[in-house]
Amino acid sequence: MIFLNQIIQGVLLGGYYALIACGLSFMFSVMRIINLAHGSLAILAAYALFVLADRYGVSPFLGLVVVVPAMALIGAGLQRAVLERSARGGLLVPVLSTFGLSIVIDNLLFQQFGADTRSLAPYVGDLSYDSWSITDDIAIGKLAALTMATAIALLGGIQLFLNHTQLGRMIRATAEDSDTVGLVGVNARRVNALAAAIAMATVAISGAFLAMRATFDPYAGALQLIFAFEAAVIGGAGSLWGTLLGGIVLGVAQSVGASVSPQGFFLAGHGIFLVALFLRLYFGEFGPRLRRLVRGTA
Amino acid sequence: MSASRALVVERWTRESRVALAVAAIAAVLLAFGPLWLGANGVDRLTTLFIYVILAVMWNALVGYCGLVSIGQQAFFGLGAYFAVRLADSGVSVYPSLFLAAIIVGALSLPLSALMLRLKGGEFAIGMWVVSELAHLLVNLDTLINGETGTSLIALNAYPTDLRRALTYWCAFAAMAGLLAVVFFLLRGPIGAAIQAIRDDEQAAESIGVRVTRAKRTVFVLAAFGAALAGALWVATAVTFQPKTYFSPQWTAYMIFMALVGGLGTFEGAILGAVVFFAIEAWFGAAGVWYLVGLGAAALVFALALPRGIWGWVEDKTALRLLPVGYRVRFLAERSAAPAPPSEKRAT
Repeated sequence: MIFLNQIIQGVLLGGYYALIACGLSFMFSVMRIINLAHGSLAILAAYALFVLADRYGVSPFLGLVVVVPAMALIGAGLQRAVLERSARGGLLVPVLSTFGLSIVIDNLLFQQFGADTRSLAPYVGDLSYDSWSITDDIAIGKLAALTMATAIALLGGIQLFLNHTQLGRMIRATAEDSDTVGLVGVNARRVNALAAAIAMATVAISGAFLAMRATFDPYAGALQLIFAFEAAVIGGAGSLWGTLLGGIVLGVAQSVGASVSPQGFFLAGHGIFLVALFLRLYFGEFGPRLRRLVRGTA
Repeated sequence: MSASRALVVERWTRESRVALAVAAIAAVLLAFGPLWLGANGVDRLTTLFIYVILAVMWNALVGYCGLVSIGQQAFFGLGAYFAVRLADSGVSVYPSLFLAAIIVGALSLPLSALMLRLKGGEFAIGMWVVSELAHLLVNLDTLINGETGTSLIALNAYPTDLRRALTYWCAFAAMAGLLAVVFFLLRGPIGAAIQAIRDDEQAAESIGVRVTRAKRTVFVLAAFGAALAGALWVATAVTFQPKTYFSPQWTAYMIFMALVGGLGTFEGAILGAVVFFAIEAWFGAAGVWYLVGLGAAALVFALALPRGIWGWVEDKTALRLLPVGYRVRFLAERSAAPAPPSEKRAT
């Protein structure tokens, strides 16, 4: 029973990883760029929500009404100012420039807010600790369930948007061949700016959940980037449902690892990442197989 | 072009011969450093040598081979760890620094089989995960006491002055040796191969470059170099706290040094290390703003001047101080400008 609980908690934790990986995976699939400032930007959004809640008494959920559009604007600006120029410089430059950006963001946050760890948990009332008891051993946290629901809604929403709307088709076409879409009248620069804006909007949401479920500090971004990356790679980079499965695999591994030894949480997480990487590199994509497996049994 | 304009392909020029002579004199002077420098000077130069190692190794990996890694601190930290581990188990402390680097270099060989299959950003963050994993595994060793860390106690056997001088000589020898290895590697077939891979991996493979072998050579060399730098760092700092050694900040420093000095230029990495050393001395006390400045500089250089200060100098003046490439010159124009516009950067 306790073991089952570990798995359930791991699956729920995976919801958060899917959420944070969503923007990274989306950006990679559309623009072929891995944004190393991804985690730092999530922390930036978390601090924005914290300031709104702490100084102006705005609830984090209401705060998202301001922070999501603001992060979307930052995303579009980022695309125009940094990513677009970087992508022209080849594979090397985006990695260097976005890593430089993450150092700037982390340290500016440190300058502004200091080393204190913060959390949004005090501003969401009983949501942060309340849970539904299933049995004596198993309880499902309301916040964890909400995180999972948000992840599914967000990933599903993006999938529907990409598959069934004009804009979504434009984004996919631009990802395929940004020169050719220009010939049929699509402004590739605007489409990419829009895609970056969407990615950053999801980053804002994941920042909110990060800040509600745990504490954060100015340098917490690096670890969020790593988790997001691990979830995306386990699930098969660039596939949104794969990202959800990747997040769950990562969350379960960490949760089970933590029950084995205190260091097991991180060790098992990084370990499963390397195993998934090994399987993918030597035996092909892991995500699609897992999906096929799930479909086969369902 | 008329047939009368014969071409010469040359590597050494008058300037580069002078530069090599100056470098040789500087090396001899530095080799006797502890005899004519004060204690502070010896310590500072030891730090500079380690920075040069880090910059040159990262530049070889990224600037020449096109493999951006955010995880070289894995090798830096492991180098320091194995130095502590070996010294604790009775190996004489200075040999253990070099032995530690050899162990890490050997460990990087199987790792390369997995990581080198990744491309671009995936390789970059994948290496970061490896460094996190290495950090966790090192923490499992009870000798290290978790994040509290430990010290290279064996160093206490030496009087302070002797210890300072020995560490200096080790750092100097490591730097000079690694510079020589990278210099000759880049001038040889591997140098040509890795630059071809950097510019277009598929094209390189199609003309018979053995891509995996070339990449692996540089990856292992870079791991060995970073590990040696880490082992030397623990010899100067004495304390080993896993968190400081496995920090991505080291990669930030490497990026800054290689990028500002000149990514993909041999002289640039050395210049970058000197620039970083000077900036740290002047602005290091500024703390957070100093780090913001480093990040911003990396961002600006990546976008605006990706070949750094030295790359810019090379493009403007065709100056090569320590040539690893060749250049093509029109013989008939020898009396005219020293650097014809068609000067080509080739290897």
